[in-house]
Amino acid sequence: MDLQQILNLPEVQLILPVLQTVISILLMIFPLIICVAYLTYAERKVIGYMQLRVGPNRVGPFGLLQPFADALKLMFKEIALPKKSNKVVFLIAPLMVFVPAFLAWAVIPVNGNGALANINLGVLYLLAVSSLGVYGILMAGWASNSKYAFLAAVRSGAQMVSYEVSMGLTILSVILMAGSMNLSEIVLAQKDMWYAIPAFPMFVIFIISILAETNRAPFDLPEAEAELVAGYNVEYSSMPFALFFLGEYANMILMSAMAVLLFLGGWLPPVDVAWLNWIPGFVWFVVKVCAILFIFLWARAALPRFRYDQLMRLGWKVFLPFSLIWLVLTAFVLKFMS
Amino acid sequence: MLENIFNNFADIMFFAFSAFLLIGALGVIMSKNPAYSILCMILSFFNASGLFILMGAEFLGLLLVMVYVGAIAVMFLFVLMTIDIDFAELKTGFAKYAPFGLFVGAVLAFEIIFAIQGGLFSGLNSLQETAALSGAEKSNIEQIGAVMFTQYVLPFLAVSIVLLIAMVGAICLTHRKRTDVKRQDINKQLSRTREQAVELKTVKPGEGI
Repeated sequence: MDLQQILNLPEVQLILPVLQTVISILLMIFPLIICVAYLTYAERKVIGYMQLRVGPNRVGPFGLLQPFADALKLMFKEIALPKKSNKVVFLIAPLMVFVPAFLAWAVIPVNGNGALANINLGVLYLLAVSSLGVYGILMAGWASNSKYAFLAAVRSGAQMVSYEVSMGLTILSVILMAGSMNLSEIVLAQKDMWYAIPAFPMFVIFIISILAETNRAPFDLPEAEAELVAGYNVEYSSMPFALFFLGEYANMILMSAMAVLLFLGGWLPPVDVAWLNWIPGFVWFVVKVCAILFIFLWARAALPRFRYDQLMRLGWKVFLPFSLIWLVLTAFVLKFMS
Repeated sequence: MLENIFNNFADIMFFAFSAFLLIGALGVIMSKNPAYSILCMILSFFNASGLFILMGAEFLGLLLVMVYVGAIAVMFLFVLMTIDIDFAELKTGFAKYAPFGLFVGAVLAFEIIFAIQGGLFSGLNSLQETAALSGAEKSNIEQIGAVMFTQYVLPFLAVSIVLLIAMVGAICLTHRKRTDVKRQDINKQLSRTREQAVELKTVKPGEGI
């Protein structure tokens, strides 16, 4: 049988689409993992330079192989299971943090060709999937059977749930303006003006909310090392420990991509002129995501940590009412002025 | 043979989702540790959401994940993790609750039977009919919006009021003004001036204040 015949077999015909999907998923995930690795490198470099240091510079040229050295080191460590921990949940927890962060990329359109799955309810899917990360953290804290891990998990869970609310409301106002829940359509609706301009307050709230949602500085209370040793991952070592961090950094990239798609015009250039349109959309997308990621790193280097009650006050008493009012305002403006 | 298996992919997905849903549901009532029950419940929610999506109601499916998995189950997990539970005590009283449980089960079973035969719930529209009502070929969310705010506006309002009452009720029942905590007044903190905070005194050498 030659290749053509093999391809025409009914069995092959059935499996081929599945294979195609699997390959396109892998093509999405592997670059992402590399990005996550280099985000840790970028973080150390950026914060290094902000603190008048050089950051990692020993492994490879400019320290470029540092992420791989770190990964190898973590892989060769022993996986320590605490004796009184709940073993099954303890080992599932890191996966529950890691997987949703990558799951969400199925609907993210990186250029005009659309995403892996260009579904109509892309925004809703993103919200649904990103709300799963909290389980990993709660399970980790509970299964570790340790006070510090547990307290950190409860804190972190409460924080993520609270900021999800204000994040959801800011996204709702964008959906109202775009009139669609399809991410590609939301981006195309921003052809004339990025939503960051008319909805600037929402953009600011969204950026602050994603800082809190990913448990990053200045809202990195779950990792408050002075009070909670290290946070919900105290008892973890080796790869399970690394998975938490991979998940956290993948979430940072995901949230930045969300901010870019919803407020900064996705893959579209800033103004619709010819010579800017020659640059491929993918490049615009990556540049914008990097800009938002830089804000993440900048905030970590520049701002002191929030106190827990301040964090909750900001989320529930400032952001929530403000974004609700803005939502009503947006609806009014859209109904009566356009 | 392989062809037959793959012939109807949707059927396979349906049985897979249903099987895991039932496994999850069994896990909820069978597991000894309540935290496992919640995790099994989340598994059930996911598979129910899969079933919704399989039937073309992707909005409901995603909403199920968002609301039940993303918010309600998290609250359950929170409460279960933070309270101290006596597992042995939970097991007692089976005989006491059994008749009531059987009664609820029987009611639900009858409801399902009636629903399947279409006798009792003929007033409710199926998804296709809803689509037809709102002028078909629209996205899921538009279809729901079109009937929810027209045909079903009164039940919708009633449900909203019930929700509001539940919310206000929960706050009324649990909220009490506590006097034993030190509250922070941000305005007070910010409006503090140097004059209120520090006082300069000239201290003579060798004397003290």
